[in-house]
Amino acid sequence: MADVSRATTPGGGIARLLGLPPGTRIGVVPWIALAMLLFIVLVTVFAPLFSPHDPIALSPLNRLKPSSAEFPLGTDAYGRDVLSRVLYGGQVSLLIGVATAAIAVVAGLAIGLVAGFFRLADALIMRVMDAFMAIPPVLLAVALVAIHGASVSSVILAITFSEIPRVVRLVRSIVLSAREEPYVEAAISLGTRMPVILWRHLMPNTLAPLIVQATYICASAILIEAILSFLGLGIGTETPSWGNIMADGRTYFMLKPSLIFWPGLVLSLCVLSINILGDTARDMLDPRMRKREA
Amino acid sequence: MLGYIVKRILAVIPVMAIVALIVFLILRLTPGDPAAIIAGDTATPDQIASLRESMGLNEPIYVQFFQWIGQLLHGDLGTSLLSGTSVNALIADRIWPTLNIALLSIVMSVAIAVPLGTLAAWRHGRFGDHVVMAISVAGFSVPAFVVGYVLIKVFAADLRWLPVQGYRAPSQGMGEFLRHAILPAMTLTAAYVALTARMTRASLLNVLGEDYIRTAHAKGVKDVTVLLRHGLRNAAVPILTVVGTGFAMLLSGVVVVESVFNIPGIGRLTIDAVMARDYPVIQGMILLTSGIYVLVNLLIDIAYTVFDPRIRY
Amino acid sequence: MLSFNRSRIPGFPNARAAARGAGRVLAAGVFALAATTAHAQEKTVTAVMHSGLRMLDPIVSTAHITRNHGYMVYDVLVAMDAEGAVQPQMASWQVSDDRLIYTFTLRDGLSFHDGADVTAADVVASLQRWGARDGAAAFLMEATGSIEAVDAKTVVWTLTEPFPLLLDVLAKQSSVPAFIMPERVAATSPDETITEYVGSGPFVFVEGEFQPGVKIVYERFDDYAPREEPASGLAGGKVVNVDRVEWVTMPDSQTAMSALMNGEIDLIENSQIDLLPILETSPDVTVEIRDPLGYQGFARMNFKHPPFDDVRMRKAAMMALGQEQAMATMIGNPDYYWLCGAIFGCGTPLGDEAGAESLKAGGDKAAARKMLEEAGYDNTPVVIMQATDIGAMGTIPVVIASDLREAGFNVDLQSMDWQTLVSRRASMNPPSEGGWNIFTSFASGVEANTPLVHPILPSTGDTGWFGWATDPELEEMRAAYLKAEGLEEQKQIAHDIQARVLDNVIFVPLGNYAFVQARSNKLTDMLPTAVPVFWNVNIAD
Repeated sequence: MADVSRATTPGGGIARLLGLPPGTRIGVVPWIALAMLLFIVLVTVFAPLFSPHDPIALSPLNRLKPSSAEFPLGTDAYGRDVLSRVLYGGQVSLLIGVATAAIAVVAGLAIGLVAGFFRLADALIMRVMDAFMAIPPVLLAVALVAIHGASVSSVILAITFSEIPRVVRLVRSIVLSAREEPYVEAAISLGTRMPVILWRHLMPNTLAPLIVQATYICASAILIEAILSFLGLGIGTETPSWGNIMADGRTYFMLKPSLIFWPGLVLSLCVLSINILGDTARDMLDPRMRKREA
Repeated sequence: MLGYIVKRILAVIPVMAIVALIVFLILRLTPGDPAAIIAGDTATPDQIASLRESMGLNEPIYVQFFQWIGQLLHGDLGTSLLSGTSVNALIADRIWPTLNIALLSIVMSVAIAVPLGTLAAWRHGRFGDHVVMAISVAGFSVPAFVVGYVLIKVFAADLRWLPVQGYRAPSQGMGEFLRHAILPAMTLTAAYVALTARMTRASLLNVLGEDYIRTAHAKGVKDVTVLLRHGLRNAAVPILTVVGTGFAMLLSGVVVVESVFNIPGIGRLTIDAVMARDYPVIQGMILLTSGIYVLVNLLIDIAYTVFDPRIRY
Repeated sequence: MLSFNRSRIPGFPNARAAARGAGRVLAAGVFALAATTAHAQEKTVTAVMHSGLRMLDPIVSTAHITRNHGYMVYDVLVAMDAEGAVQPQMASWQVSDDRLIYTFTLRDGLSFHDGADVTAADVVASLQRWGARDGAAAFLMEATGSIEAVDAKTVVWTLTEPFPLLLDVLAKQSSVPAFIMPERVAATSPDETITEYVGSGPFVFVEGEFQPGVKIVYERFDDYAPREEPASGLAGGKVVNVDRVEWVTMPDSQTAMSALMNGEIDLIENSQIDLLPILETSPDVTVEIRDPLGYQGFARMNFKHPPFDDVRMRKAAMMALGQEQAMATMIGNPDYYWLCGAIFGCGTPLGDEAGAESLKAGGDKAAARKMLEEAGYDNTPVVIMQATDIGAMGTIPVVIASDLREAGFNVDLQSMDWQTLVSRRASMNPPSEGGWNIFTSFASGVEANTPLVHPILPSTGDTGWFGWATDPELEEMRAAYLKAEGLEEQKQIAHDIQARVLDNVIFVPLGNYAFVQARSNKLTDMLPTAVPVFWNVNIAD
């Protein structure tokens, strides 16, 4: 059976590529998700090519217009073209998602490795991390955005803060169990310097779960940005993001639901794709899952 | 085991102390002057300055910090700068709507999510599993306020089955409470069901991989029976965990839901306080929600040691 | 009362469809609600006001919602009627021939909510606390020798020099009216907020049901003795026809709209203009302008820092701005905004539009660009502050940013919440260090209709309003206004002030707009006043 599936589904090839045992099945859903995500990323990155208008050009006389040849998805309360804003808005939303995930993973990895390896630092670091985890993420982000003012960088910073502890916990738990492995103990007894051990032996162990974690952080950051915008604490009004297009449009929900519908649809599809890909990656990387699949 | 529990309880103290410090520092670094908002839009700089002085906002930060800590140790969260009411009283007044609605959505979520997750685990890898998982991922891919607006539009504005907004306490009649609470609870539930269903599925799959379940299988016990009798019972603890940790998510969710549905709970209290820089209220609220989170996790940890025979300390 | 009951909805095809749907559902059946049955015997008015009430001291706070609360709970000595004439309310008065001594006599039957009689001593203490906080009152206090209670009902106010506007200041509706409180409450320092909320007004504040920012409840004061004249403006008899008034705050304007159409509430004080087409489809709801003076949006520049420390730069910026684009974006429907270059309001006794021609014509970008070059603009960034949490008001800075950019300014539009904005505008630092160059706000028609009360005019540098304009010439004109005798002289001075304000670009008027209220048809007889008041109001079962 394994041979058949490898020959007929593209998943077999990918599985081999990722070094997974033969027979790991990837359904059709993740492929749809990947295609959808790629499509969204491409039209977003190349927004200038597809946008019929300047996304921030005001036109008070064209407020809240319905769909037309000139404005395919209509206009918002400032008379700006909704299609162009949704396309450009993806740039900011994806940037926030990717940057938050990247910063949270890098910072969390560093802190987690230290906590996992140095007993002394561990207690202090973990108490601080527990404290950050205890504060509800939206409240923490609201307070942080209020400090730094509404901008893309402060939103990224604010969301990153509540995501770091989760990464630290993950990395630390992996390090703690890996530290007991014979090859690490051997390296320590051979007098290898700590940074080298961390880098050479422990980093690889943590990489796969971190990638999975990163997809979830990316998805949740895009959503939290929308919530912050809804509360009036997003990135501001001029530069579009999916979140603030919806936040600006929410007053007009009964009047012109399309202002929320289109950015909401694209945002939800994007988050959905990222989550599905994350789930798929986790299932493939989890050895116990693999055992059962086989 | 008792030693472990005591140790866990003691560990709460430094965490809460750090939370207090973080909250205080974040807030006092925030630009914003409660005196300016109290004085109003047409107040002159002089009027604001004299108000600030009389509110004690000109004291050095560390003095204000220790004053606050001193109050905290007496169980006093301080006094709202804006309304002059005590923060304890404000919270006592506003926490019930939030707790009641959160509780209702937990009950609804568990009632929906556990059967769904069980179904997914039973049909693992097959069509039913994919459908359940797709729905549950979709559940937390849509922002809560969008869900709320759609529910209002459909059930309140168009069908007129339920009121648009507002809150009635259960003491004013259970029927009225449910009529007002059902839409907000459904909004919160969307994301929560997703989380709980996934956790149920994952922990069931874990348990099903264990040897004793395989043994049961080998003995010829039916799939469904194994799943329900052995699987679900043993997966209860991880499910409980997600219900508990998800509480933090709920507390974030109520911020949005309470402003969409006009519910006088602590979520709105917090956002209003942030917008007005009403420091004592924000500090009290964050401390409270963090405290709830820490407490719930403590209880879950203890439940682990009590219920799961495999965990020993 | 101006009333708009339009059957057609121009310009909103989508809205029309949505609204038709809502109307159909409404016609299909009326939903019985527990909210109204709970107080079936009592007549209760439930209103959504323009913002949440948190501050209960109407002397310390200049916020309009706190002022409105003041008119519920407290009474005033004298008040302005619908024609703007000062009338007796709690007291009548006599003026000595040399116009230096005003004698106020309290009428009979006045009592506080705790049962105590209102005495002259209460009045004196209240006036002193008010005089220590309010800007216009401060001018009056400078000309005051003493205010004394000579017996239980008589207050003697002695001036050191004639002050022709004494009664006008005492009767002013906004933003800090001279509310009368018990002596022990009025003894609170003017820098601290009061903690006891006892007045002698027509409504009693129900402290037990107060939820700051969420809900406030008033009950009729049964012992209130209204004057016999019919109500007119804020003067005349304050006859209360309902038992309870509840103000509830709804953070979401659509929730409020649906609640009104569902019959859950009776009034929305300030309805989002874009939602009116939907509200107008409801046969149970009336949409109307209660206060014809409305509000004036304006932009204020910072006189302390480049580029706007240079009047040529300020003029170039003003040339780039136009009222039409600002109002069209903010309000949308031209029924509810009007272009107006008069800083004291259009159609008011002192209104005059001199100097606002370019603003009303939509601005002239080419001319602005030329002025900018001649002034030697060095591309200094212009920081515009925008608040994102105040609904439609937050749109004006976006329009200004776009206009200024087109004229060649290097614009940095910074978004923040309203509270950060009001704190940051007090910062005198350079824009690069937490300061600012432009912010926008709005003034209510009734508090900006004379040079005496207009909040933005004081141009005394660091002690003036945010932006810190220094203009001795303007200050002289304001001082002259206080001494002016008769309307003609006042008009002449107001005309000079108008010209001076726009010539020196003290601020830029960006158009006037109305608060549009939406009420249930069950709610009737609401007075057409700028301050929403709930006496005279009636509600059908």
